[in-house]
Amino acid sequence: MARRFLQGFRAIGEAAALCRPQVVSAYPITPQTGIIEELALMVADGSLQAEYVNVESEHSAASVVLGASATGVRVYSATTSQGLLLMTEVLYNIAGLRLPVVMTCVNRAVSAPINIWNDQQDSVTLRDAGILQLYAETNQEGVDLLIQAYRIAEDHRVLLPVMVCMDGYILPHAYEPVDIPTQEQVDSYLPAFKPVYRLDPADPVTMGALAEPDKYLEARYMLHKGMDASLGVIQEAAAKFKAEFGRNSGGLVEAYRMDDADVALVTMGSLAATLKEAVDELRTEGKKVGVVRIISFRPFPTQAVRQAMAKASRVVVIEKAISLGSEGPLALDMKAAFYGVTRPPTIESCVAGLGGRDIPVETIKRLLDQRSPASPHFVDLRTDLELEGVETRRRITSLPRVTRRAPAAASRLARALYSAPRGATS
Amino acid sequence: MKITVGLVARAGTSWANKTGSWRTGIVPKFLRQKCNACDLCALACPDGCIYGEAAKDYHADMEFCKGCGICAKVCPVKDIVMEPEVR
Repeated sequence: MARRFLQGFRAIGEAAALCRPQVVSAYPITPQTGIIEELALMVADGSLQAEYVNVESEHSAASVVLGASATGVRVYSATTSQGLLLMTEVLYNIAGLRLPVVMTCVNRAVSAPINIWNDQQDSVTLRDAGILQLYAETNQEGVDLLIQAYRIAEDHRVLLPVMVCMDGYILPHAYEPVDIPTQEQVDSYLPAFKPVYRLDPADPVTMGALAEPDKYLEARYMLHKGMDASLGVIQEAAAKFKAEFGRNSGGLVEAYRMDDADVALVTMGSLAATLKEAVDELRTEGKKVGVVRIISFRPFPTQAVRQAMAKASRVVVIEKAISLGSEGPLALDMKAAFYGVTRPPTIESCVAGLGGRDIPVETIKRLLDQRSPASPHFVDLRTDLELEGVETRRRITSLPRVTRRAPAAASRLARALYSAPRGATS
Repeated sequence: MKITVGLVARAGTSWANKTGSWRTGIVPKFLRQKCNACDLCALACPDGCIYGEAAKDYHADMEFCKGCGICAKVCPVKDIVMEPEVR
């Protein structure tokens, strides 16, 4: 194992290569491009023996890895934001076909308005697709989860795609010291993929055959049971990883200073680092606060979540996504997790950091001063902007017409082109 | 009955699943007068259910034919006609 100072892109690229994917297909999109550039480079210089398939869209990239995975080889892809949304139709198929595709989602906001910065609306939107979603806090964890992801996905109790989610810019763009395991270590941790079924011209099969109403429900139930089983497999993968690589990485949830905590701050991904810093400061002030970081958003680890915050009476969920017209998706799951429990904690839904808005430690501390005024509570919503159509007292009007003096030649041209022909009545 | 992971089935299940009952109510009639075995009807059949070797032995498999009429439409010598099915 060698601890090196690497950009996240390189670290993820090397981790993917160590897993020996035989087919890689992806389409470049900010802020994911760096990962697939690294992989393309490795294939070009021969250090990665894989087929790198250039495609014209993310829909095609997902289709290529679907087909390749169906033939029984290990595959890798990566995308973000609009690219993930374009992949969605295929990703539902990958899950339904029970193909252990592994991909990295570099989390980015979705359009409109166009915004290339970080939030988690893209991956969270795929909540119901049958894809396992694991969220990394650091580049190191992004590397470790990627290696674990293949072990989880290819387990015959699971056989489902896994998406490792990393906050765009905050993680893959950043340089951090990262332990990149050796090929021997990864080979020993990750046995060769043994498919249950595979496409083979010598023994043809149909995959994803038509299921009429008398069987479709059962097929979906089987998917759900695969998700259920993955809860245990994720924990096994993390335990084996700890045993072989010597560090804690992955698992279902991470509890930080939660042993005696009255208040639990809950989040996913890199924001946990900010929350931990806030908690450290609040602890010096004598406040019993802790952090519960959800690593596995799908499957949702209800039991582990309850266990992690057994003593908390107040739960503040801070997440970078919103289910428009409802609340934060993670908050919804948290509320469901505590339904029916005797003396459940109060659970607040805070939506923060959308589209790359910074979430400073001060914001977190201020959040804890009082109960959230609304649910969902949009954290740090600016009050200096007039939000048209939001304040009901104001009527929606069109933008004021911009008038400016055009240069003489331009205005003559405009007159010639757009004025009514002579003699026309209007 | 077993439902496999990923709903994987052995190839060739369409042989077991006879779909001729979906037919529209018209069937092709192979007149076998001017047929020159050009094979165009068999190639154009969307169900792939027209068979024939030599001129005048072309026929459609009624366990699969949907009565779409494409064979009659493409026949260059007008040797196939569509007619109401008598069941």
